[in-house]
Amino acid sequence: MSFITRGFGGRSRERDDRLPPGQTLVHDFPVLSAGPTPEVDTAEWEFTIRTESGSQSWNWDEFMALDIDEVSTDIHCVTHWSKLGTSWRGVSLDTLFEHVETEYDYVMAHSYGGYTTNVPLDELLDGKAWVAFEFDGEPLDPEHGGPARLLVPHLYFWKSAKWVRGLEMMPSDEPGFWEQNGYHIHGDPWKEERYW
Amino acid sequence: MTHLDGNSLAGPLSEFFAFDVTVAVAKCEGCGSIAELARAMVYSSDAGSVVRCDSCGQVLMTLVESEDRAWIRFTGMGAIEVARTPTAG
Ligand SMILES: [Zn+2]
Repeated sequence: MSFITRGFGGRSRERDDRLPPGQTLVHDFPVLSAGPTPEVDTAEWEFTIRTESGSQSWNWDEFMALDIDEVSTDIHCVTHWSKLGTSWRGVSLDTLFEHVETEYDYVMAHSYGGYTTNVPLDELLDGKAWVAFEFDGEPLDPEHGGPARLLVPHLYFWKSAKWVRGLEMMPSDEPGFWEQNGYHIHGDPWKEERYW
Repeated sequence: MTHLDGNSLAGPLSEFFAFDVTVAVAKCEGCGSIAELARAMVYSSDAGSVVRCDSCGQVLMTLVESEDRAWIRFTGMGAIEVARTPTAG
């Protein structure tokens, strides 16, 4: 795993080394939203991975029957806030991709409400990403992307698409919604890949 | 056909970009409705602003601002109509 949970003792140093450059620690969870909040009932929710040869879908009950991970991780928003040691439950993308065959190396995540974001496939595998449906022991509320959102904590948080409904495999890297509109195509907080 | 470089846009575009956005009119490429931008729905957040058609909800334009730069994109609208002050002649 690329992240490590450390104790909360001894944090009196001037700068926490878990904070990427240009970030400030917050303790609440700011909401970023650029459209109406989609209200998706878990009875209608479906998650689909689409490849060059077909697609694989899970409904809510099927999804809950998959292996579920407990995830503790830091998150970093492009608007300069970071939150350390957040806790989530979700299904690893490694688990989902066990059911998927593809030659393509790039992914477009699609959300209810129409938003998209792009991530290379190798940055979603090997314990680096989840489809998360619980935050801090509670079901993820719609404001924070519930019923389920992508969680890709090593990239800026706009890549952790709220209200995620599926992944589309692509042969080349194409920019998603915010990436077409000024944000960086990759979004590594340690390199400050915020904008073009 | 010969062409000029973009510097030649300075005159006409300075007039255009001084337009009063609230009375500018745009056509939504989603549903075709032609409406004043003042009627559009603006969803703002720290990440940026998304302007949507009030008839069909399609994204008309986006605005992203960083500390030292801003990006504007006319995603889903056709031509923009702006008012001009009539000149003599
Ligand atoms: Zn429209």
